Amino acid sequence: MHEMGIALQIIDIATSAIPAGAPAGCVRQVNIKVGKLSAVVPESLRFCFDIASRETALAGARLEIEEIPVTARCNGCGKHWSVTEPVFSCPACGCGDIRLLSGRELDVTSIEVTD
Amino acid sequence: MEIKVVKRVLDANDTMAEKNREGFKRAGVFVLNVMSSPGSGKTTLLQKTLSRVMPDIRCAVIVGDICTTHDADRLAESGAPVVQINTEQFGGDCHLAAHVVWKAAENFDLKDLDLLVVENVGNLVCPAEFDIGENARVVALSVTEGEDKPVKYPLMFRQCHAALLSKTDLLPHIEYDRAAAIGYIHQVHPGMPVFEVSARTGEGMDAWIAWLTERIQAARSA
Repeated sequence: MHEMGIALQIIDIATSAIPAGAPAGCVRQVNIKVGKLSAVVPESLRFCFDIASRETALAGARLEIEEIPVTARCNGCGKHWSVTEPVFSCPACGCGDIRLLSGRELDVTSIEVTD
Repeated sequence: MEIKVVKRVLDANDTMAEKNREGFKRAGVFVLNVMSSPGSGKTTLLQKTLSRVMPDIRCAVIVGDICTTHDADRLAESGAPVVQINTEQFGGDCHLAAHVVWKAAENFDLKDLDLLVVENVGNLVCPAEFDIGENARVVALSVTEGEDKPVKYPLMFRQCHAALLSKTDLLPHIEYDRAAAIGYIHQVHPGMPVFEVSARTGEGMDAWIAWLTERIQAARSA
């Protein structure tokens, strides 16, 4: 729901990573990671990014979204698993004391510029 | 050529939230972030909560809505100072961000407060993602909503420290499987305290108030 705000933040972060003196339109792609548990819908984020980047240094750049699965580890028995359903207890021992290892990401990882 | 960045998109908010947390701690005020979908009875619940804990606990409230001051007007009747944030001026935001909360908190003399309640924008999605520097997060879920909301909005229910199952006075009149709702909450967040409350009759409010005051005291002596 707040994808436009997120898109603007991504644009800010990516813009500040452009090397000094690089020509306009040099950014081909912005790579980000989005955890499946984050409250962000990739399609609408891409839509917002395309609109919001139009008159910026990122105009024409593609937003590449890598979706990160939710994984967890049981603090009781140490089992490591991939959370594919909204069930957050250990599938092996039933313990509810678990730690999420991934799935909350919302990170700009890199930008790709023309050489 | 690929240029590495590796920066959290919500970095700016997280940094501000950390500053808020330090500021709140310095002032010795406990901050409670209350979230739910629209219409779950948050405002009434808070009105009743304030009337139970005041004046022993000195309270103030920040209310977030896209527009209107209706909730702020209702909460002000409690006698607690209230600041309304209309997110309309921030682009109609669906959540309260850390910097917006701090700006509102500056209206109070935080040192004279024990509890600052933040009634977030009614929404089970976005507020879960935005740290505001609070001490505790609670989510209200009313018995007129689907029992399976916790599994539809897992991040919200995982992020909170307690859930309030509200409007329980309506249970005799509707078909609602309260055990299923609590089961879903625990499926997403095993062991999270669930308080079944009716703000209207006061039923169940004692346990909720006890949990809250215990937390406020624990934070004070920490």
